[in-house]
Amino acid sequence: MKVIPFMAWRRVAAGFSLLAMLVAGGALATRSLNWGLDFTGGTLVEVAYGDTANLQEIRQTLEVQGYDGAIVVAFGTDRDVLIRLPLSYSDEQGVAMVNMLREASNVPVELRRVEFVGPAVGEELREQGGLAMLLALGLVMLYVGFRFQIKFAVGAVMALAHDVLFVLGYFSILGLEFDLTVLAAVLAVIGYSLNDTIVVADRIRENFRKLRRKPPLEVIDVSLTETFGRTLVTSLTTLLVLLALALFGGEMIHGFALALLAGVAIGTYSSIYVSATILLAMGVSKEDVAIPVREGGNEDGSQV
Amino acid sequence: MLNRYSLWKNLLILGVVLFGFYYAAPNLYAPDPALQIGGASGSQTIDDATLLRATDALSEAGINHFGEELQESGKSALIRLGVRDDQLRAQSVLSRALGDSYIIALNLAPTTPDWLVRGGAQPMKLGLDLSGGVHFKLEVDVAAATERRLEMYEAGIKRGLREERIRGLVRLQGRRVSMSFRDEETRETARRATADLYPELLLDRVDAGDSWDLFAEVTDATINEVVAYAVDQNLTTIRNRVNELGVSEPLVQKQGSNRIVVELPGIQDTAEAKRILGKVANLEFRLVAETNAPVTDRQRFEYRGEARAGMTEWLEREIIITGERVSNAAAGFDQNGQPNVSITLDSEGGMLMSRSTRNNIKKRMGVLFIERKYRTRYERDDAGEEVAIKVPYDEKKVLTAPVIQSALGASFQITGLDSPGEASELALMLRAGALAAPITFVEERTVGPSLGAENIALGVKSVQIGLALVVVFMILYYRVFGIAAVIALTTNLILLLACMSLLGATLTLPGIAGIVLTVGMAVDANVLIFARIREELARRMSPQMAINAGFERAVATILDANITTLIVAVILYAVGTGPIKGFAVTLSLGIITSMFTAILGTRALVNIIYGGRRVDRLSIGPLPRRDPEEASA
Repeated sequence: MKVIPFMAWRRVAAGFSLLAMLVAGGALATRSLNWGLDFTGGTLVEVAYGDTANLQEIRQTLEVQGYDGAIVVAFGTDRDVLIRLPLSYSDEQGVAMVNMLREASNVPVELRRVEFVGPAVGEELREQGGLAMLLALGLVMLYVGFRFQIKFAVGAVMALAHDVLFVLGYFSILGLEFDLTVLAAVLAVIGYSLNDTIVVADRIRENFRKLRRKPPLEVIDVSLTETFGRTLVTSLTTLLVLLALALFGGEMIHGFALALLAGVAIGTYSSIYVSATILLAMGVSKEDVAIPVREGGNEDGSQV
Repeated sequence: MLNRYSLWKNLLILGVVLFGFYYAAPNLYAPDPALQIGGASGSQTIDDATLLRATDALSEAGINHFGEELQESGKSALIRLGVRDDQLRAQSVLSRALGDSYIIALNLAPTTPDWLVRGGAQPMKLGLDLSGGVHFKLEVDVAAATERRLEMYEAGIKRGLREERIRGLVRLQGRRVSMSFRDEETRETARRATADLYPELLLDRVDAGDSWDLFAEVTDATINEVVAYAVDQNLTTIRNRVNELGVSEPLVQKQGSNRIVVELPGIQDTAEAKRILGKVANLEFRLVAETNAPVTDRQRFEYRGEARAGMTEWLEREIIITGERVSNAAAGFDQNGQPNVSITLDSEGGMLMSRSTRNNIKKRMGVLFIERKYRTRYERDDAGEEVAIKVPYDEKKVLTAPVIQSALGASFQITGLDSPGEASELALMLRAGALAAPITFVEERTVGPSLGAENIALGVKSVQIGLALVVVFMILYYRVFGIAAVIALTTNLILLLACMSLLGATLTLPGIAGIVLTVGMAVDANVLIFARIREELARRMSPQMAINAGFERAVATILDANITTLIVAVILYAVGTGPIKGFAVTLSLGIITSMFTAILGTRALVNIIYGGRRVDRLSIGPLPRRDPEEASA
């Protein structure tokens, strides 16, 4: 197999990653995330009009009736309308508002869903979400450190943090709504990206033991080349189903699919460039992955 | 190298697959819309005559129905309907025909055939985002429960000291009851009396100049106990209230230390649901204060209802019992045809009531009705903008203040009510159980039935399209091996559905997303194995050896990769709520089933196709080109 010199490009890739992280971090710091209702609290009402909904008219009706600060947007089709009310409205407002809209409209208005989240609940969720992410990273680091070696664990966790930050930055820059399902998607990205990283790490470990005379850089290039086909195929199948989900899954699952699409794409890249580059930078060598000598075993190698 | 699985291994795989088909099968049968008839009280049974009355009423209204049956030893009955749109109309027809002593709930009756029911197979439950319905999260006002307990201590100590003829000043100060006495001896007797009454209080003596003080402090352990009791009691009360709503499969669950989650599938009238659930009503029975009683011992309340608007009553501060002690209540009429409510108390309530009333015959006892209301207050937030803040408060009004005719025990009547309507409302609220502490709605989600159906349709469509894309790709890329992988993948889906149905897991929209994601990721194990086989073939290994080596070497990698993903899924399950939990469940189950089908299932198929014979070529797609340098190595 022709070895692809992946690592020859590692400085360019590192530059790209650093830039991406800076941009994502900067966006998160300055623009934060467009937190969804799950996290901010408030009231959200989805209604379906019998005919094309006139958003301007709905806005006016709401304003006249004293619903200040209501945000009215089309949701998916031109008949579905999403109305978000700020926190100061109580849990009873949603249904009352739909009744009011029904009276104001000459086409039937169907209530699709009402969501009300109190402020304390939203804040707790944000804390829990952050905690979940840190916990996931911590446990993964432990497992990889135990199954492989600490350098691999650092590489894997850096790759995961890289991917998570990338997806968060992507949501921040595009101003996409970050709700509970997107949080689930980000955690799934951790799972997916990890899968990829582990497969590569596994091969690197194997090749360090097999190709003992080759320098680490070459071992890593050989390993990446050997797993490259698999990396592409798996990413492709996953991207295919995610595309199906994004295109046909409906609005409620759209954010989830978008987050995973970005996450799988960047996860594929990071398993090649982030974790492997960090392994090299930390000076990984065949000693790091030597099979531990078993006590009472054939240490003199008499079986060879 | 023969690559043959032993008979038992093949049988095992076949067995697991059949098991999967069997338990996944119920999901193929769409449920019938149905109505469930139950008694308004727990002991009531439904007989054939009632059922006949119900079906006659439906026939008369021209509603297509069938398959009526009695269930659970006559506790409830089920009638299936032909058309789902008839459900609401049929419900109102039945309510009218059977009267108030029956509760008619909307239901979806499974159509699982007998041969599946016998094995315990059942279809998956649908989450609210798929079935439509309401989800509430309620928070129990812990502070109010604590405060009520503190007031009880204060009143109890006052009463205790009075009975022992100990003179002193008793006040409530934050989380402790402070007492002041004139000399050390009195304090010592008071200390012993208090310790006897409430051993759980922490007593502390402080000498302050000419007054000898005693502080009775409520410990954290007691507070925690109060909170836990209040939440559990509310949980029971809410369960009772939900049952009054008539929902077929409600979920009432405690979450965290002071929250309660209520899920009501199929409910469409959310206003009614909230009115009954959120009805924060409680009762307090207190004696009407003597006119010469000190002001610190009495409180003034307004009367409830229009007939006596503006009138007030002075009641003692001390509470005899609260509504939680009521075990049953029924509206009726007394000998004079006046509306009354017969109340039965639990044993402790009966004891407290008799102790307070036997010395107070011919005096009056006030019944206080407590309702939680909201007041809006405007404040400026950090940004200087005015925001409205809803402040809850308890409105306490006197319902009635009848004369105590004789010493009351565990059962007695309340008279002096305005109308039969008032009597039945009071009885209903007492029966449904009072809440031990007020509750507030902190989260509410309503999904209309049409959105739920649409979510299912969209979810199924994305699974189909996603699966089709993967199938086409795998077969093009891996040829015969691709076919094996595709069969394994489909089996994996079926096993996943079977596991979810068997575990009683709830399918949610994120759950469907998890299934779609599983489809994409499950082929990974096969891709790893096939890539290995191709590599080994490129190294000029014989086909049979390559198959064996490919499977063996890939397994360790697959395990490592999947276990780490499983860790993430478990964390997701642990911290997530509702729909997110659904996603975590499908993801973890999908990982486990995919390891089985991709490793063992595919191997069995490959063994059947290629095993046990001489093979020159494997149909696994193009091999990687060999590096000349490596070939010579």
